[in-house]
Amino acid sequence: MSTASFQEDIARPKQPPQPVAPLPEQLGAARRFFAGLWKRVRDLIEIITASPTAVVGLIMVLFWVFVAVFAPLITTYSPLEQDYKAINQPPSAAHILGTDQLGRDVWSRLAYGARTILTLGPASVLVAFLLGIALGLPSGYYGGAIDETVMRILDALMAFPTILLYMIIISAVGPSHFNVVIAIAIGGAPGIARLVRALTMDIRTREYVAAAKLRGDSDFTIMVREILPNCRGPLIVDFLMRIGYAAFYIGTLGFLGLGLPPPTPDWGGMVQQGHNHMMANVWPVLSATLAIITLVIGLNMFADGVREESMRYQ
Amino acid sequence: MEQTPVLKVDGLAVAYKTRKRDIHAVRDVSFEIYSGENLGLVGESGCGKSTVAYSIVNFLGPNGRIVRGNILFKGEPLHNRSEKELRRLRGADISMVYQEPMSALNPSMRIQDQLAESLITHRGMPRSEAYGKSLQALKDVYMPDAEAVMLRYPHQLSGGQQQRVVIAMALLNNPSLLIMDEPTTALDVTVEAAVLDLIAELKERYQTATLYISHNLGVVARVSDKVGVMYAGEIVELASTRSIYQSPLHPYTMGLMRCLPDVDAPKGTRQLLPIEGRVPSPANLPSGCIFAPRCPHVIAECSAQRPKLVELTTGHHVRCIRAGEWIGKDMVWLDQGVSTEPCPDRDEASPEKTLTVQNARVYYPVPFKTVAGLFGLEKRQYVRAADDISLQVKRGRTLGIVGESGCGKSTLAKAIVGLEPLYDGKIEFLNMDISSPLNKRKLNVIRELQMVFQDPNGTLNPSYCVGDQIAASLRRFHTIPPDQVQGEVEQLLRSVKLDESYYYRLPRQLSGGEKQRVGIARAIASNPAMVICDEPVSALDVSVQAAVLNLLLEIQKTHNTTMILISHDLSSVRFFSDDVAVMYLGRVVEIGPCEAIYMPPNHPYTAALLAAVPRPDPDLEPSRVRLTGRVPSAVNPPSGCRFHTRCPFYMGDICKEQEPPERDFGGGHKIYCHLSQEELEQIKP
Repeated sequence: MSTASFQEDIARPKQPPQPVAPLPEQLGAARRFFAGLWKRVRDLIEIITASPTAVVGLIMVLFWVFVAVFAPLITTYSPLEQDYKAINQPPSAAHILGTDQLGRDVWSRLAYGARTILTLGPASVLVAFLLGIALGLPSGYYGGAIDETVMRILDALMAFPTILLYMIIISAVGPSHFNVVIAIAIGGAPGIARLVRALTMDIRTREYVAAAKLRGDSDFTIMVREILPNCRGPLIVDFLMRIGYAAFYIGTLGFLGLGLPPPTPDWGGMVQQGHNHMMANVWPVLSATLAIITLVIGLNMFADGVREESMRYQ
Repeated sequence: MEQTPVLKVDGLAVAYKTRKRDIHAVRDVSFEIYSGENLGLVGESGCGKSTVAYSIVNFLGPNGRIVRGNILFKGEPLHNRSEKELRRLRGADISMVYQEPMSALNPSMRIQDQLAESLITHRGMPRSEAYGKSLQALKDVYMPDAEAVMLRYPHQLSGGQQQRVVIAMALLNNPSLLIMDEPTTALDVTVEAAVLDLIAELKERYQTATLYISHNLGVVARVSDKVGVMYAGEIVELASTRSIYQSPLHPYTMGLMRCLPDVDAPKGTRQLLPIEGRVPSPANLPSGCIFAPRCPHVIAECSAQRPKLVELTTGHHVRCIRAGEWIGKDMVWLDQGVSTEPCPDRDEASPEKTLTVQNARVYYPVPFKTVAGLFGLEKRQYVRAADDISLQVKRGRTLGIVGESGCGKSTLAKAIVGLEPLYDGKIEFLNMDISSPLNKRKLNVIRELQMVFQDPNGTLNPSYCVGDQIAASLRRFHTIPPDQVQGEVEQLLRSVKLDESYYYRLPRQLSGGEKQRVGIARAIASNPAMVICDEPVSALDVSVQAAVLNLLLEIQKTHNTTMILISHDLSSVRFFSDDVAVMYLGRVVEIGPCEAIYMPPNHPYTAALLAAVPRPDPDLEPSRVRLTGRVPSAVNPPSGCRFHTRCPFYMGDICKEQEPPERDFGGGHKIYCHLSQEELEQIKP
């Protein structure tokens, strides 16, 4: 399957071209823009609902989004509030998932932890994409020496095991929200750069790129205006996938003690702090682990389903 | 005829399941093929030809299924059989040849193993015997040097040779039914001609029943006995080849004939009449006759109900309520559209030259394969895509450049517009030196030299609406004030026969022909002095080709634009060009006024090209000037005359050792060949 048909399809499913009613001129560009946007959203909904995998994945993701957004409303305790009289409690009416080794409410920490992971995850992937596109686009467009140089540097970066790379970066700059984002962005950028490069190498041979050259457009304009928008299909799917990985890596960093500084509610940190007390109380570890698993699997299922469904019916 | 047909398809209907609904791609298709008979199925793309073929061998894919109808193979039903039985049948009695020979062959197996495989598995033949039989099969399809070919891998063969192997493989088990799905579409004309000769001969020899699918009326006229014309999933006309070509009775068939450029008619003598509109999608078919919305002879009754396929005269079935009116009227379809008036100013001497190419060379470096090469210790090798080309284009005229794929015609075009750097030589345009690549040219030079591209799907950026893409050129060249851009784009859309509502459409909502029109509008947006058209119609259906060619001609007339038309199709070049250059392996072998090129004297290569054009006339005796062998590599082109390895008039050492001299026939007609003028005049295509 060529990337071209793939990327066209991710945004909109194949269907017979429907006659578009000519819009009166006075409606203006804004109306037309929203009409187009609405059609795309409708197409996207159609793709998602056609795939059971995507629907299940989306439900799992939306559950955590809901929890993150309404965290103050659905929890009774603050995630930082410690109760020394009730540590390592099993689930009860007062604490539905019990308490951890410091007597904090596990459900509250889980809910606020969802906030952490669902903001830091997308943020770090976004930074990774900016980096990856900035490296991959010129690399694929110019080829030759530029391509060789960029790719060899990225190869060197990719030669490090991801976790080791994160550990090196974090231990160099110290754990903080911002540094976790940067570490995950640097770890993810080489893969994205390779994807963008491959797509660019394909798209740069298209005739519309030659047509842009024939109106004297600069290389930068061609890369940003002609090539990048047509990479969006595979990039969107990759973005969804990577949010899943990012959630996983934030958890891992937390477990290694290199994640977010305590007492930030963080799923990985919950597992790390809880695993010493697992014999006494399994609930903090179990619920945090399940949270990571459901979010990562949900994101992956969603991305997979969207990709498969948009590639069907060629 | 009392015998049972080898294949009988009766009321076949096929549907594909999609996310929204079932698409009924084929409806009510019936035909019979007897042994030794070749039935051609023709029609535009998307009319269901291949679906019919795939439903016979049950290759419809996971979302396709046969809704109604019967397929009888030698009197027995073929569908609803188990996969195992089908596999046995497919191997032993039904063979299929596909469009892409390369994808039909396993790249990791030697030819002999691929051929012998089916004999060994289907018939349990011992290995040595199977190899012997495979070799014989290769010889039967006139494979040159068959013994050596047996040991090669598919990538070591040329396209024509590969297709011969595929045909040999299909014939190995002596099938009763052979299905060929556009077997020559991916091949060059000269190769196509040789393969068609082969198909016609094999039918005589083996008495195989053949279903031959093609979009090309000329090809079908050459090989088929009966022709079925398909339109939007139905057979609209079914008759013997002769009666279809001499007296077509369905308006669609007439339309198809009318829009073919004729290789034997000079520029301006015939106007092409395209079929208006487009094939309806199977999802929303018109209620009555499916062709009615595009039919020039439509009457009120046409939309009342769907006409049935009726036998009007013996063996001539038509699905049209008015067909009876045309019986016996000869060539009713040609009445319109013939104008004897040549183009107005075409004989006028216009000495003004827009473009002069002098000794242009375009070389691509071959990547080094050794470490020594990487450090500059090896001599750099080059693909000599265009080698020492000189030509001129006069103002307001069209130069056609023809040649097989790989002859360097597109490379030359790219070098002229600046997309490829020149290795050596000089290009002059409007008395300016434009030998530098695009990024060193001034904007006002770029503006005057624009290009129309080949691939309708690649020519427009899928992310932007049509109007914005045309407007981008206008804005970039500052030809008009920004507030008038929208109006100008609408004007341009109208000039390519699209209305203003197309401004906000996305490329995916357009048909191939419409995309090509937008590409033309974009090219003429800056009002350039010269437009280079690189195979502008070769990816389009014939009915649409005609409209696009007419449009280009009209633009040339109104704006006095100078054009270069690059094409492998000699018919459309003749329709459109004033001068023609014939290229072979990076060189111009013949150049001159269009009329001179299409008449003797000819370069042997031009003669072979002309002879290879399939003509839509079943009575025409096929010519026997055929090329053999494959096009040599452009990295190490043959010495002397580059054509000597394939030339039917090869004279020995002189051709091999010396560059061919220029033979001037006056009026700018030059042939580069060692044959004397008298000998050249003897060559008949």
